[in-house]
Amino acid sequence: MKVLQTRVLILGGGATGTGLARDLALRGVKCILAERRDINAGASGGNHGLLHSGARYVASDMEAAIECREEGEILKRLAPQCIEDTGGLFVAVEGDNEQYIADFQAMCDRSKVPARKLGLDEARAMEPVLSDKLIAAYEVEDAAVDPFMLSLDNLAHAMDHGAEYVRNARVVGFDVENGDIKCTRLRNERTGEEFLVEAEIVVNATGAWAGQVAELAGAKINILYSAGSLIVTQDRLTKRVVNRLRKAADADILVPGGTVSVLGTTSVTVDDPDHCKPTVSEVDRIIEDAKAMMPVLETTRYIRAYAGVRPLVLSGDAGDARNVSRGFSLIDHAGDNVDNFVTITGGKLTTYRMMAERTADMVCKKLGVTAPCLTAVEPLPASTMGRWTEPGLGPKSWIQDRNADDLVLCECEMVSRTAVNTIVENMGEMRGESMLQAIGLRSRVGKGPCQGGFCGLRITGHLYDEGHQQGQQGMDELRQFVGRRWRGFSPVLWGLGMVQADLQEALYCGALDLELDDDDETCGDE
Amino acid sequence: MTQDNTLYDVMVIGSGFAGMAAALFAAKRGLKVVQAGSTGGIDFSTGFIDLMGVHPISEGKRWMNPWKAIDAVVADHPKHPYGLMTSDEISASIDGFTDFLAEQGLEYVGNDDRNTCTLTSAGTVKRTYRLPKSAWKGAEAFESKAPTLIVDFNGLKGFSGNQLVENRKERWPELRTVRVDFPNGKGELYPEHMAWALADPANRVKLAETVMEHAGDAEYIGFPAVLGLIDPQKIVDHLEELTGKHIFEIPTMPPSIAGPRLRAVFDRGLPALGVQTLSQKMITGATMDGGVIHFTVGKGKAANTVSAKSCILATGRFFGKGLKAQRDKIIEPVFGVPVCQPEARDEWHGEAFFDKGGHPVNLAGVEVDSHLRPLGVDGSPMHDNLYAAGAVLAHHDWMRMKCGAGLAIATAYKAVVELAK
Repeated sequence: MKVLQTRVLILGGGATGTGLARDLALRGVKCILAERRDINAGASGGNHGLLHSGARYVASDMEAAIECREEGEILKRLAPQCIEDTGGLFVAVEGDNEQYIADFQAMCDRSKVPARKLGLDEARAMEPVLSDKLIAAYEVEDAAVDPFMLSLDNLAHAMDHGAEYVRNARVVGFDVENGDIKCTRLRNERTGEEFLVEAEIVVNATGAWAGQVAELAGAKINILYSAGSLIVTQDRLTKRVVNRLRKAADADILVPGGTVSVLGTTSVTVDDPDHCKPTVSEVDRIIEDAKAMMPVLETTRYIRAYAGVRPLVLSGDAGDARNVSRGFSLIDHAGDNVDNFVTITGGKLTTYRMMAERTADMVCKKLGVTAPCLTAVEPLPASTMGRWTEPGLGPKSWIQDRNADDLVLCECEMVSRTAVNTIVENMGEMRGESMLQAIGLRSRVGKGPCQGGFCGLRITGHLYDEGHQQGQQGMDELRQFVGRRWRGFSPVLWGLGMVQADLQEALYCGALDLELDDDDETCGDE
Repeated sequence: MTQDNTLYDVMVIGSGFAGMAAALFAAKRGLKVVQAGSTGGIDFSTGFIDLMGVHPISEGKRWMNPWKAIDAVVADHPKHPYGLMTSDEISASIDGFTDFLAEQGLEYVGNDDRNTCTLTSAGTVKRTYRLPKSAWKGAEAFESKAPTLIVDFNGLKGFSGNQLVENRKERWPELRTVRVDFPNGKGELYPEHMAWALADPANRVKLAETVMEHAGDAEYIGFPAVLGLIDPQKIVDHLEELTGKHIFEIPTMPPSIAGPRLRAVFDRGLPALGVQTLSQKMITGATMDGGVIHFTVGKGKAANTVSAKSCILATGRFFGKGLKAQRDKIIEPVFGVPVCQPEARDEWHGEAFFDKGGHPVNLAGVEVDSHLRPLGVDGSPMHDNLYAAGAVLAHHDWMRMKCGAGLAIATAYKAVVELAK
């Protein structure tokens, strides 16, 4: 059996796991990052992409508000490529709680979160889609962050400094001896092959799965799984982030992300993080609620929905998910008699860097490493690995480097053959396994209105042409890719979405028979 | 608004397979026909005419004999549109349709009691009932597993010879592929442009020379369907003469040439039969006035009115805009015919896209009586002179049952028979 050796094994390739890999790598500590699926498969890929100014938390959690403000400032300075500094608004409409509105400015001031009261006409001039039933508006310093670029850039920088990355690697067990994890057993989810990692310290950064992973090592964490669904509009509706000025509830935030806007979220407790997916009723609920803020949300076209699970660590009794702390939990499992095992979970995207820093501090202390954290001062370089997640980069590069033979494979997002080749090249050793899915995650492929309906097939053909796919493998991956997109596509199928879905099914099932097994060469039974 | 003062016998709404077939059959019966509809599903067609191939879909059971498959599906789903007609009527409809195509230079072939296996551009194998003659030798090659070369072209996306071969090589070892330059073709190529280029015999000679460098012992050579827009068989014959090989076409993914070829046939052939075509025009309103229906065609200043004694609704499903999905329900937008549908939106679709059972919404549509007249809320025909045909009908899943074109053509035929009574 293959055995890998390293100083630190990080489990989980979300923002925290990749951020931690970078932090450790910059301190000169060797690490391997193992991810069950691929980058941002959990909450890091299932959120708004909102870089909080802190204003959202001024009422409920002053500490979180301050952390967000500080971390937001650091990221805007050090990772500008991942951030669109849109600014944000908090708006209230007729019927919203007037006491909350009246207290808002003072609460922001208390946490030193900048907020400026706006005239209603001024607010509507800034964002014309706002309701004419507006009763209050504040300007804040929210921004949009591309969580995929963020994690990919963190990973790329970590790998430049010696970190390793293995994807499709699921933890199946730990060998614990005398209060230490001697080795971690992982399984390659594509090939079924098992392998071992021997590390001095294991960090569990698996987000909502942290409880399940900890349990494998005999440690216990009580986690409440709060699933949240979000929906993506076809067009960008606002320049800025728009928050509802009220006590945190569902459907409160609209975040611009490149060419689209993301609306959400909900908060539904689920019993298993693997059971999280967006549903028709949640989508309807979000629209019904949020249209008070922006009536256009009733009639706009939505291209997909998605969902993520917030891991909320319970210290005492389980309660309403919204009342559990949004803070993070850094747990030294020495308390569970596993000395070299650490869990970092909870928290939020905006504070991922600080979470990684605190975790790395704990890890380094255990390892006896004294090198300081550099992530608060060292810029995060933009990487080729992350750049193709940027909306609009496809068309820009295609026009700039226009070469007559470079065909556009994804027409919604203008991702060309050369771009796909670059992405594949950059994946290095990661390629060859569930490639189409990986390309989708590292680019805009499949994210436009066709949701993979055409580009999936075209890119599959291209991967066969390049020799990256053999036999039926490419077709199997295409089916998986389309199936995966379907989870987010199916809840928003009315109007033009339904037209698109009808066409997609006509192509994949009506014309190509992809729903049938391909093991029968006869014309069928008599 | 302008007015067409002719009183037509029948207005056909829709220009997909069902609409084209309805206009054809009505005109052949001597009826005065007017047809409206925007670019329909026919433009996205593979060019194959599926009659019936899979039942029950949950088992993915494929049928060699489409007639037995029809009997089986009607026995299990008595409301399936095929249950509204005899096999003689279905057979006559398909023959009438393909005879017309042949008269217009687009020959179709197939076996009367047997489906044919043929290759798709993705490398899967599809069963169908009638194929364009230009595709027929591909079915022969597939059946005999003869040495075959698949040609694909630099610049033509959505068609990968490698993909096709990789998917079939285990059971067809003598299948090979080569990628070549299209004569004078640079950059991105489109099937329609390629088809026009091949109208010039000089380009066919060049193409044959290029391909023959790679042909070796291949007995068959398959091309993506780009071999001519109007008269593909002439080009196939010429290439056979030039190469000494059997030549066939494989439909590409949309935009392809197979659909526009069919459309071109109807664009030429229907007016010649006296059909008044209002192409690219949508019906925006319809009012009943005794035995006459007045239609508003188009919008605003460009709108006009047309009157007809009867109407065939052949508007298709969501893609054809015959059914419209709202957030809370599905409607039929022209006449407001009640749509049979699952109760709530979360029951429209299954959890998996490739769900073996198919999506419940695929069975949604307009319900009709035995004369193909759409039913109103009270279960009786909404209007004496309104008929429906094709995919807009309820109780079929053409995509998984593989009965799209066949069902469209047969129900169009039946609707015309009924309205002519």
